[in-house]
Amino acid sequence: MSMRTPLSKVRGLGSAKEGTDHFWMQRLTGVANIPLMIFFVFLVVGMSGADHEAAASMIGSPIVAIVLLLMLVSGLYHMRLGMQTIIEDYVHAEGVKIACLMANTFFTVAVGAACVYAVLKISFGG
Amino acid sequence: MAEVDVKDNRPLSPHLQIYKPIFTMMMSIVHRITGAALYFGTVLVAWWLISVAVGGGYYTFAAIVFDSIFGRLILFGYTWALMHHMLGGVRHFIWDFGYALGPGDRDWISKATLAGSIGLTALIWLIGLLAI
Repeated sequence: MSMRTPLSKVRGLGSAKEGTDHFWMQRLTGVANIPLMIFFVFLVVGMSGADHEAAASMIGSPIVAIVLLLMLVSGLYHMRLGMQTIIEDYVHAEGVKIACLMANTFFTVAVGAACVYAVLKISFGG
Repeated sequence: MAEVDVKDNRPLSPHLQIYKPIFTMMMSIVHRITGAALYFGTVLVAWWLISVAVGGGYYTFAAIVFDSIFGRLILFGYTWALMHHMLGGVRHFIWDFGYALGPGDRDWISKATLAGSIGLTALIWLIGLLAI
C-alpha cells in the first residue's frame, strides 16, 4: 500500500518532478558520445594546421558531415541534461531555478543551431 | 495544508566543513566540474565550425587564436576534460550495473579513470604535435 500522500503525487518527486526519462536519455547519449567523441578528436587532430580549403572539404565530405551532426546532437542533448541536474542541485529559489533551466535549454539550442548551420553551409553552400 | 516556505533559514547539518576529502568523492566532484567546463567550451566548437563556414580572413584569424599559447592551453585543458569526463562516464555506466562498487574496486576504477584520462590526453597531443 502506497505511503505517498495525494499532494506528493500531484506535485511530483523532488526538485526535478520526474526523472526516469532523464536517466535513460543521459545513458543513451552518453554511450553514443563515446564513439562520436573519439571520431571528433580524430577529426580535430587530423585537421590541425590545415588551410581553409582542406578544412572545408574535410568537414563538407558526406560521412564526416553526417557523423559530425550526430556528434553535435548527441553531445548537446547530453550536456543539457547534465547542466539541468547541476541547476536542480544548487539553485533552490523557484523563480531563479526556472530562469536557469530555461537559459540552459536556450544556450544548448543556440550553440546547436550555430554548429548545425555551419556544418550544413560547409557541406552545401559556397 | 499551510504554505511551506523553503527559504526559511532552518539549521542544516555540516557537510563540506567536516567531511575528509576521499578519492572517490573528489572524482565525483571533478566529473561534474569537467562536465560543466565541456558545456561552456562548446562555444569554442561552434566558433571553430563557423570560422570554417565563413572562410577567408575569419578562418585565418580563428586559426591564429587557436594556435596561440593561450589557445593551445585552453585546447589542452579541453582535451583532458573531455577524456576525463568520458572515462568517468564509462565508470558510472559500469556502476549502473552494480559492478566495481566494493571498497577496493571503486578506488581502483577511479584511479584508472584519472590515469587513463592523463594518458589519453598526452597521447592525443603527442600525435597532434608530431603531425603538424
